[in-house]
Amino acid sequence: MAGGKEIKSKIGSINNTRKITSAMEKVAVSKMRKAQDRVAATRPYAEGMRKVIGNVANGSLEYRHPYLADREVKRVGYIVISTDRGLCGGLNTNEFKKVALELKSWKDKGVDAQFAVIGNKATAFFKRFGGKVVAQQAGSGDVPRLADVIGSVKVMLQAFNEGRIDRLFLVYNKFVNTMKQEPVIDQLLPLPKADIEQKAHNWDYLYEPDPKPILDMLLDRFVESQVYQGVVENSASEHAARMVAMKAATDNAGNLMDDLKLVYNKARQAAITQELSEIVAGAAAVG
Amino acid sequence: MAMTVQLDVVSAEEKIFSGLVESVQVTGSEGELGILPFHAPLLTTLKPGMVRIVKQFGEEHVIYVAGGVLEVQPDTITVLADVAVRGEDLDEQAALDAQKRAEEAMQHAGADFNYAEAAAQLAEAIAQLRIIQKMRKK
Repeated sequence: MAGGKEIKSKIGSINNTRKITSAMEKVAVSKMRKAQDRVAATRPYAEGMRKVIGNVANGSLEYRHPYLADREVKRVGYIVISTDRGLCGGLNTNEFKKVALELKSWKDKGVDAQFAVIGNKATAFFKRFGGKVVAQQAGSGDVPRLADVIGSVKVMLQAFNEGRIDRLFLVYNKFVNTMKQEPVIDQLLPLPKADIEQKAHNWDYLYEPDPKPILDMLLDRFVESQVYQGVVENSASEHAARMVAMKAATDNAGNLMDDLKLVYNKARQAAITQELSEIVAGAAAVG
Repeated sequence: MAMTVQLDVVSAEEKIFSGLVESVQVTGSEGELGILPFHAPLLTTLKPGMVRIVKQFGEEHVIYVAGGVLEVQPDTITVLADVAVRGEDLDEQAALDAQKRAEEAMQHAGADFNYAEAAAQLAEAIAQLRIIQKMRKK
């Protein structure tokens, strides 16, 4: 019965792996639900912001904020959000592929790019890929905080204000549903026109103190909240992708075990048959 | 019955309060403010402090906010609250930290991150080996 024992131990080890992947799947399911709730919780703030900024942009026309004005593109900035950990299918790979493609098209136009990375995977990617990384942040854990993104966003906003970049993009995985996550590249700055509601009105706010500092602060906060939303959404995508990947791994382990069991049983049966025929042959020889 | 106005207190991370209120008291950057229903449109920044709310039917409620922006419309009041106390120098520090981390990560990697890189290189090497093996078979 050649290999019987080896097959048996192989089945055992696959079974152990299956236990781990199925546990990871269950953990991912519960984390994904929580992350989805967090995505929903960030929406009211962004909506409120959008409304107020729209009103201000319409009301006080004498002050045009640089974030609202389009300018010629010489350099671009990207904030790339990735996961900290792997084992989540092609989530990060697909995202980086999309960034690399877009970078190529910028390069063809002679436009330079710099990056702020959030997450270990993006850090590792840009280290291999090459590229000017100006800010890095990792280890936000399962409950990302707004404070985690302030630093990276500030670096990019300063770069925009000082003219070191002319456009700022945000890259993250959008959570479509549990089976589908899509890498998206959103333009943060200058603010896309569609983001600002254009509603004509003939009133203006009373400002305390002045419109300028309030608008400055509002727009900074708005960009931060967009990035934070990206981080939260990316985390929901991460858990969904991990759930699907782990489910596939668990199923594969089950199939592998079934196949190996068949091989094992065949080997066992062959061994018994052989033993029987040896006994019969022996008995015949004696008799 | 006292007149009421819709109040929403939201931060980037969560919705803190939403409901009808009779009056709101906040600490604006220029001083204390009391807002009643049908107030003129107003926009102001907030200092860290208490938001005192008198809910419909007179029940009082106090929320701490670490700064933010207050928007008043005759029929709605919105407080866009910060999640933590913010200051120009604090933000600056966070920005410098992020930059320093980027430099460190790009130059000499920590243990954890070496692992991720090694894993990626390993995957590449395995893929190359596989191609070589396939070519040899042919």
